[in-house]
Amino acid sequence: MSAFSAIGEQREIEQEEYTPGIEPQPTWCPGCGDFGVLKALKGALPEAGRTPDETLTVTGIGCSGKLNSYFNSYGFHTIHGRALPVARAAKLANPGLEVIAAGGDGDGYGIGGNHFMHTARENHDFTYIVFNNEIFGLTKGQTSPTSPKGHKSKTQPHGSAKEPVRPLSLSLNAGASFVARTAAVNPNQAKELIKEAIEHDGFAHIDFLTQCPTWNKDAKQYVPYIDVNENDDYDFDPTNRDEAAAMMRETEEALHEGEVLTGKFYVDEDRPSYQQEKQQIGEMPEEPLAERYFDDSYEWERSADMFIDDHK
Amino acid sequence: MTDDELIWRIAGGSGDGIASTSQNFAKALMRSGLDVFTHRHYPSRIRGGHTYTEVRAAPEDVTSRGDGYDFLLALGDSFARNPQENAYYGKEEIKPLSENLDDLREGGVIVYDSGLLDADEVPNFEQRAEENDWHVFPIDLRGMAREMGREVMRNTAGVGVTCAIADIPVEAIEELMADAMPEKILEPNVEILNAAYEKVHEEYDLTGIEVSCPEGEHEEEQVLVNGSDGIAYGAFDEGCRFIAGYPMTPWTEVFTIMSKNLPEVGGISEQVEDEIAAAALAIGAAHTGVKAMSGSSGGGFALMSEPLGLAEISETPIVLLEAARAGPSTGMPTKPEQADLEHVLYTSQGDSNRVVFAPADPAEAYDHARRAFQIAYEYQIPSIILYDQKLSGEYRNVPASHFDREPNPDIGKVLTEEEIAEAPHEPGGKFHRFRHEPEDGVSPRSVPGQKGGRFLASGNEHNEAGHISEDPDNRVAQVDRRTRKLEAIREDLNGDGLNVTYGPEDADYGVLAFGSMVGTVEEAVDRLNDDGESVKALSVGELAPYPETEVREFIESVDRVMVVEMNSTAQFRGLTQKQLGEYGPKLSSLLKYNGNPFEPAEVVEGFHNTLAGEEATEHQTTFVPAGGD
Repeated sequence: MSAFSAIGEQREIEQEEYTPGIEPQPTWCPGCGDFGVLKALKGALPEAGRTPDETLTVTGIGCSGKLNSYFNSYGFHTIHGRALPVARAAKLANPGLEVIAAGGDGDGYGIGGNHFMHTARENHDFTYIVFNNEIFGLTKGQTSPTSPKGHKSKTQPHGSAKEPVRPLSLSLNAGASFVARTAAVNPNQAKELIKEAIEHDGFAHIDFLTQCPTWNKDAKQYVPYIDVNENDDYDFDPTNRDEAAAMMRETEEALHEGEVLTGKFYVDEDRPSYQQEKQQIGEMPEEPLAERYFDDSYEWERSADMFIDDHK
Repeated sequence: MTDDELIWRIAGGSGDGIASTSQNFAKALMRSGLDVFTHRHYPSRIRGGHTYTEVRAAPEDVTSRGDGYDFLLALGDSFARNPQENAYYGKEEIKPLSENLDDLREGGVIVYDSGLLDADEVPNFEQRAEENDWHVFPIDLRGMAREMGREVMRNTAGVGVTCAIADIPVEAIEELMADAMPEKILEPNVEILNAAYEKVHEEYDLTGIEVSCPEGEHEEEQVLVNGSDGIAYGAFDEGCRFIAGYPMTPWTEVFTIMSKNLPEVGGISEQVEDEIAAAALAIGAAHTGVKAMSGSSGGGFALMSEPLGLAEISETPIVLLEAARAGPSTGMPTKPEQADLEHVLYTSQGDSNRVVFAPADPAEAYDHARRAFQIAYEYQIPSIILYDQKLSGEYRNVPASHFDREPNPDIGKVLTEEEIAEAPHEPGGKFHRFRHEPEDGVSPRSVPGQKGGRFLASGNEHNEAGHISEDPDNRVAQVDRRTRKLEAIREDLNGDGLNVTYGPEDADYGVLAFGSMVGTVEEAVDRLNDDGESVKALSVGELAPYPETEVREFIESVDRVMVVEMNSTAQFRGLTQKQLGEYGPKLSSLLKYNGNPFEPAEVVEGFHNTLAGEEATEHQTTFVPAGGD
């Protein structure tokens, strides 16, 4: 029997399996958008046919980082902004795992911005959900990288002088092969997009608009949202990079103008994932590296046989 | 030993093949039966700038660069800039000759490339040569190389000249070149090697030159390795198949060796965006059940402080390397120092624990790397190998059999799925991965993908299933359990031979050293004892947990102790006093921090100035040898 018998298990999966049976109950505030991510994720994974034991959620710090405390899979609650490098290695070490990375807008676009850029560039094969509420929540309401220009907070009492990060454009230009935006207020779209992201072979970035009723009272509740893939007024081809880029720009500029545009903005099914690229150049094994440590019959190579002759 | 050895220095411009030429030369001498040791000095520049490598060869064990040297091969610096005397980097062109004269012994040999170097530009050259009885050979190596093929072969010509003068059979070099070079370049190189050798015999009178290469014989086959090779192969044999890193001198060397070798066996190497990511990747791979490592040098390791703490509290086994160099901040990137000791011991917030090893030579580097992985995976704790720029790049011969060990892919207490099924779980299904009870502090773990083993790993304090918890009882139980590991590790490491005593057991004085200074100290101890002193040394190979019993016994067995280290704040002595809680008046320091490692003579002199000199006080006399260049 494989040491990882959960991986690839084919069976009917109940959504409840992803809900821990007992405490802890979420400590998120009533009305928090983070509940929407949790719900969408619990809906998407069974539909994508992935079991809790073959799923690894890797999170950063903040309200978003608590996601995997309330979610019944393998989890790694890491450090602020560092979910992505942990997730990358886990996926490289055992590509059979369903890896979901998650973090907030400060976590992902601020402190972890460099990791975000490089993960997208390399096109690692996993899903990254950024809980974007345009505010630092758990540290009690400071301006975040996605807060709009002029946003006032205790740490920026005169209003932010900075343009907000444009996550969709950033992600597209960094090299992500799947870029979408959804909102907690539309659980069905969110679930569908996460499912598609899971099934996508490459780095799938979802900017997930999550309202913060406690610290970002001014922020709209991301309604009315419009699904650009469903609405005929927004005619663009998400497989066309230029059209996708134009649509993203429009969306990002419109976010605070009363229009919340969501949907799948870009998808490139042709670009090989990072692990495929690495296998192509002979830098990654065909079989999952992690399995080897459980295979008693594997003959481990020794430096004495492999390299020492060069030193004689 | 000094009468029966050769210390050969090849000097030239950075990027001119000084390192590779000297490495091959050292290998040839090793093959001829000698023990060898190389010392490399280079600037933080890519091309041009004064660089040299010394090769010391003797029939018996050589553990340091020695004092001074007796054969200079000064090649031209083909990338030399700033010919003006007062330029920022000084006058570069003549440096291969001018910068190396201070350490050349009386009666020594100078071969310089007269095609590129003009001895007239060196102040008082002739006078100094005469006073020191140097034998000077101006030979147009560049001209010769140009004539016979390509200018780069002037290095080979220089080696040919060396063989003729130092009486080394040229066949030894030829044989090595045949092994190392592709056919196309082998032929012209062999040709120029022999031509240079013949030319010296034909054109020069070699009588009266006392510099020659000794003869020796090894009982068994040897290999030429440096500290970086040792660490990389130790990791490899422990089943490490994942490395992530960011280049930084001098850690890059291990990273390079692993990156070259891992793909051959289906391992994975990742060069990533920064050191925080690098250590985080190692954590991600280790969490998933793979043996993983990362590493850096001073400033890069500083960035790893945060993931280091994560590995500790989430009990993810990783091995980190810290190849120290002179700091603080960027410091002197290519110069050795042992000033990162406290950084490695105490970095990261909270009561965080780690295990720290400090190998002294390439053979130990291999052993310590293996032990670092064993401890990390057995106890689910980060372990760190602290070494430095000196050990990283210095080559020594080691019996090939030292590497002839069995691999060990054991990843520690990871349960099988059957065992997981029997283990306690939360009612909701999460496995109790962080159980409070284990005596040795190590709770068995599962890895993602195993059926029934799901849990939450967290940088937050957590309960047995990994859920974030601020419950006071749980907090104390978790902290105590993680701390208990250290006691178990202490027991485990006892008597492991990591701390080595050298010299007569009943000696009056003791010298304490760690890491790359040990070989130099041992040679100094030999000389002191030969001169009628009574001295022994203790090489401390594990810095955390500190080997309290062994160090205490050592200190108590002598009258006074001198602690030798390459930093200005006596960090190692401070650690020793902190750990043992006494002996302040008994310990004195010998410190050096000018960018060059100690030479044995400095340790000998330091001994006379500290231990055998004025009585030591609470505020110790710190003898600091005069600065170098």
